[in-house]
Amino acid sequence: MAWRSPTLASFALALAAGAAYAADEIGDADRGADLFYECAGCHEVGAGAVDGVGPHLNGIFGRRAGAIEGYPYSKAMARAGADGMEWHLDTLDAYIENPKALVSRTRMNFDGLSEPQDRADMLAYLRIFSANPADIPEAEPTARADLPDLDPAILAIEGDPDYGEYLSSECTTCHQRDGGDGGIPAIILWPTEDFVVAMHAYKQKMRPHPVMQMMAARLSDEEIAALAAYFATLNP
Amino acid sequence: MDLNRRLFLGAATAAATLSAPMLRAQDRPKVVVIGGGAGGATAAHYIAKDSEGAIDVTLVEPSRTYHTCFFSNLFLGGFVPVESLGHSYGKLAGMGVNVVHDWAVGVDRDAKTVALAGGGSLPYDKLIISPGIDFVDGSVPGWSLATQSVMPHAYKGGTQAELLKAQIAAMPEGGTYAMVAPPNPYRCPPGPYERVSMVAHHLKQANPTAKILIVDPKEKFSKQALFEEGWAKHYGGMIDWIGPDFGGDVVEVRPGTMEIVIDGAVEKVDVANVIPAMKAGRIAEQAGLTNDAGWAPVSPDMMQSREDEDIHVLGDASQQGDMPKSGFSANSQAKVAAMAVRGALTGSKVFPARYSNTCWSLIATDDGVKVGASYQPTDDKISKVDGFISQTGEDAALRKATYEESIGWYQGITSDMFG
Repeated sequence: MAWRSPTLASFALALAAGAAYAADEIGDADRGADLFYECAGCHEVGAGAVDGVGPHLNGIFGRRAGAIEGYPYSKAMARAGADGMEWHLDTLDAYIENPKALVSRTRMNFDGLSEPQDRADMLAYLRIFSANPADIPEAEPTARADLPDLDPAILAIEGDPDYGEYLSSECTTCHQRDGGDGGIPAIILWPTEDFVVAMHAYKQKMRPHPVMQMMAARLSDEEIAALAAYFATLNP
Repeated sequence: MDLNRRLFLGAATAAATLSAPMLRAQDRPKVVVIGGGAGGATAAHYIAKDSEGAIDVTLVEPSRTYHTCFFSNLFLGGFVPVESLGHSYGKLAGMGVNVVHDWAVGVDRDAKTVALAGGGSLPYDKLIISPGIDFVDGSVPGWSLATQSVMPHAYKGGTQAELLKAQIAAMPEGGTYAMVAPPNPYRCPPGPYERVSMVAHHLKQANPTAKILIVDPKEKFSKQALFEEGWAKHYGGMIDWIGPDFGGDVVEVRPGTMEIVIDGAVEKVDVANVIPAMKAGRIAEQAGLTNDAGWAPVSPDMMQSREDEDIHVLGDASQQGDMPKSGFSANSQAKVAAMAVRGALTGSKVFPARYSNTCWSLIATDDGVKVGASYQPTDDKISKVDGFISQTGEDAALRKATYEESIGWYQGITSDMFG
């Protein structure tokens, strides 16, 4: 693994003059290097890192989502990139906290890091491998609003599938009931929590896409729960 | 079949509560839907699907294969084959919709019957009319339906688009394609300008010295900044737009000599695509549902005719407020009307109406843009709540994703219409 290769120390040192300050401000990069062990099965980072199961993470700060030429991204990640999502401290933090909230249905099989300190340290470590000074954060990462900002009570709402069926007719002009997903993603048979989290991420304008942000904006918490309940059981 | 299972269960366990589906066919409430497009097909589909046999649904549509008007511009540009625009009513028939291939030629609102050109008569309890548009006689002096094979409008689905495409293909080198654009309101606000983009895309490859002339009575048009940016980028110098400041609103055509007279100046052209002023499809007028402007006013909460509470008018033909005339709008309105009709006939739950629309347009290969909004009923009309539009200067990846999204939408809406 490139990130643990003997060249790592010298590579990090070479970058330290320009980037150490930024990493320091984010968190403890040394601790992040240990935490990265969980990621290293799929992602390489450091000198000579190449794409493996997941894309390499050199220069991830400031990179557009889904932007590495030739890497076979999931449709969901490619779409997020096409919609304009870029990896910065806030989006990376949200993504590794709960990967399915920010971009649903990617190929990344990772439950997320719930501890803010773990994420900060991990990102401090990754920050070392991104040279762009524009990514230096102006505020502590904890200043970021928790996205999506969801009261557990919202996740606990029992959706009314009948109401969801009515509301769904607004979705199915574009999203096919049979699960077809050319150009527009399939939304049937999602776990309800993923669905709710994703819709609130649109509602809070955290996930990019003007149509979905508009549609989500006028859905109440109950309506989102109803749609989740309906689509979760819709069999093609 | 769900109905039979219910019948069996009903007889065995709870006959009283399941009585509605047990009525004989002739006793079931009757809904007749006139027009099998984005409004009518969707309404028939949703009423049949959601009433589970409790309502007798008849769809009257002359065409056996329905060609969508939306995406016909992509056919003109060579992006999709004409066959991909054709859809049959087989699945709706399979869901229990009686599909009658005939013209509705009259509505007797007192007797509550629809007269068919073939001589039949269909009784209804609720009537849904979604007839699309017809053209206003004399709105472009010199043009009439009798000249549409010389100067096609290609603004209804079907053979007109194929005729226009053949005429464009036969243009001489360096020839001129002219469009007479319609005044507001008309179906598909960005449609004429997407069409010009698609014609330019074709000509750039097949006839690069050809010219495109748009004669327009409007001061401005839908997605104007996006189209003008795209035209300059992809088709620099090919397209001239003549607005009302330069006589675009004073136009006459001469089909015999293929001339267009713009504020007195005679232009000889090779293709004249004349899109006249529009009004509601004629059955709405024959039923006495239209106003002086030629459209059928409806209530904002359920698309109910202002003239007759047993009739709903959908889509382009309706006058409802802020929604544009589009297939997406008609599909959205159809679901609201379908719910209201079911509620009135079977007592099913009726939820508050909500509407939405998005229109995608293709400017060039992988260069798609969109505009859309959400709507809700207010006291006197359907009112816009929130909206968005693509921005000039967007990068290629976003434009490509927008185009791909439009392809996905076509799949989505056509399966929402035809099952």
